[in-house]
Amino acid sequence: MAGTTAGKTLAEKVWNTHVVRKGDGEGAAQQPDLLYIDLHLVHEVTSPQAFEGLRLAGRPLRRPDLTIATEDHNTPTLDIDKPIADPTSRTQIETLRANCKEFGVRLHSLGDAEQGIVHVVGPQLGLTQPGLTVVCGDSHTSTHGAFGALAFGIGTSEVEHVMATQTLSLKPFKTMAINVEGTLRPGVTSKDIILAVIAKIGTGGGQGYVLEYRGSAIRDLSMEARMTICNMSIEAGARAGMVAPDETTFEYLKGRPHAPEGADWDAAVEYWQTLRTEDDAEFDAEVFLDADTLEPFVTWGTNPGQGVSLSESVPSPEDFADENAKASAERALTYMDLKAGTPMKDIRVDTVFLGSCTNSRIEDLRIAADIIRGRSKDPNIRMMVVPGSARVRLEAEAEGLDQVFKDFGAEWRFAGCSMCLGMNPDQLAPGERCASTSNRNFEGRQGKGGRTHLVSPVVAAATAVRGTLSSPSDLDPVDEGQARRLSETSAA
Amino acid sequence: MTMEKFTTHTGIGVPLRQSNVDTDQIIPAVYLKRITRTGFEDALFSAWRKKDDFILNQEPFNRGSVLVAGSDFGTGSSREHAVWALKDYGFRVVLSSRFADIFRGNSGKQGLLAAQVAQDDIELIWKELENHPGTEITVDLNSKTVVCGTLTAPFEIDDYTRWRLLEGLDDIGLTLQHEEEITSYEATRPSWKPKTLPARS
Repeated sequence: MAGTTAGKTLAEKVWNTHVVRKGDGEGAAQQPDLLYIDLHLVHEVTSPQAFEGLRLAGRPLRRPDLTIATEDHNTPTLDIDKPIADPTSRTQIETLRANCKEFGVRLHSLGDAEQGIVHVVGPQLGLTQPGLTVVCGDSHTSTHGAFGALAFGIGTSEVEHVMATQTLSLKPFKTMAINVEGTLRPGVTSKDIILAVIAKIGTGGGQGYVLEYRGSAIRDLSMEARMTICNMSIEAGARAGMVAPDETTFEYLKGRPHAPEGADWDAAVEYWQTLRTEDDAEFDAEVFLDADTLEPFVTWGTNPGQGVSLSESVPSPEDFADENAKASAERALTYMDLKAGTPMKDIRVDTVFLGSCTNSRIEDLRIAADIIRGRSKDPNIRMMVVPGSARVRLEAEAEGLDQVFKDFGAEWRFAGCSMCLGMNPDQLAPGERCASTSNRNFEGRQGKGGRTHLVSPVVAAATAVRGTLSSPSDLDPVDEGQARRLSETSAA
Repeated sequence: MTMEKFTTHTGIGVPLRQSNVDTDQIIPAVYLKRITRTGFEDALFSAWRKKDDFILNQEPFNRGSVLVAGSDFGTGSSREHAVWALKDYGFRVVLSSRFADIFRGNSGKQGLLAAQVAQDDIELIWKELENHPGTEITVDLNSKTVVCGTLTAPFEIDDYTRWRLLEGLDDIGLTLQHEEEITSYEATRPSWKPKTLPARS
């Protein structure tokens, strides 16, 4: 991180307050710091080998009271009252249940109101708070940085390390400021900001860095929109992404089940208000993005950096100067079955997936519902709506959003990671093309041979109406009479 | 548990002329349902291995143990299964000009050497391996060098990971030597910091 005489960045402040033991040496020879971990989130996929490691070494799990588990990657989004059909998925879930019982870890299982995607559950319970260190055996742990926490994904060996010691050995990360100034236009969201950032700095541009998202456009965002941005920090190769906590953060947290109360709340807020980058702090790198001119952003290729504005066309490999980028584009176009020069808006999709730890929170569902309300789905489109948690699903149903989606012809599912990575039955068929609000468009990510375009919930909803990649401005105005008739029908 | 020590390794080099090899390619999610730490050799690059022209389907590369990949190797998911699959298949070393952070960290925990080599040298190694299939690469962790044919190239790795690999040291054991310091740190944590237990909802 930057020099010691200048003021500290947010990331440095959080890091420094968690150092149990400073690593010896300096520069390249510096040993890692031993960093305390405030919150360890656990799910079924990356934990079984870690629990087994503890058992083999005869070690206890040091802090069950700082650990929480949920079932998300393997869980079906239909028939959740029946036994999980896939025996390997079932075994993995059952293994998590047995491990949590043996080691005293709180677990939210399928059917529980707090079950859901681990990165949706932590914030919704108020466990994710400013200034914490948060880890999970999942790269999208960066989501929690939206609260001003230092949150990052780890591998299974590190999961075991945290279970055994509540610490990690790490070298300090470098810091990068992502300055986003201006005001987003209607229909442009935080998803578009982060897709544009990744296209700008590349999938490796953030490697070794913690990104701090700053500027007026970030300040204007809701907590859920901030989570979307921080979530995809890993897609730029960064260890973590952060937003300094402010009134929006405190407002979101207040009254949540695990938020501090009374005098504790006051003490916490007083501390949280200090969690901002000092004016004279130096970042190791800075990036600037103009929010005023940003348009809806979508990907055309097979890594999240291969994106363009929705109003543009599929690029040609010849557009890239770098030989590797050229080869990568060529390969991506073949896999995606796209021709250079095709307007993005002419690309017809088969499936629209609204879900994942990036965009499955209540606001995402509201935004999509507002666009489809009173409109008809393109008959050839399959649309799946998968709330991020059982709690989000209940909330949406209380607001009648489920009915809006069902009237439209979308499938209203139970909570989980679902088609983001297809570990459960929700997968694309070979060759199937999907507009997805998730985070990765890698080859085969959503199902073998499946083709993914990453989009915002706004673009997802408009695409479901029109059948090709679209934004709301491409849609015909809603027929108010039809909208009223539809809502009267559903009320009846 | 102690980790297998790594000092030097010599084996057939495999040129993987591709950047942005993400962990979903190294091991697709469907294989992550297993609850073991070994037995992932069939899962490595499983989608690509279905194509006959994939490098690992060709003699002698199918017997390779040093993977030479493009930049940004191991991006995406944190799945350590990617490292397990590479090791189970027989790889001991991956060379790339840039590794994703989590992948590199996972490699260091499992005794797979993720050695950072300049892209220019990667290009030269690719050419050598393609012109002379079966060429062995020697990777020496003491001197931090890679030798391929007539080329000798330096590689980078952070000193701490290098030391742990050379000694075969287990991280958890090292950390637990400082348990008293962890306990004293815990005594200073503010009382308002969240606890998951007792559960509230």
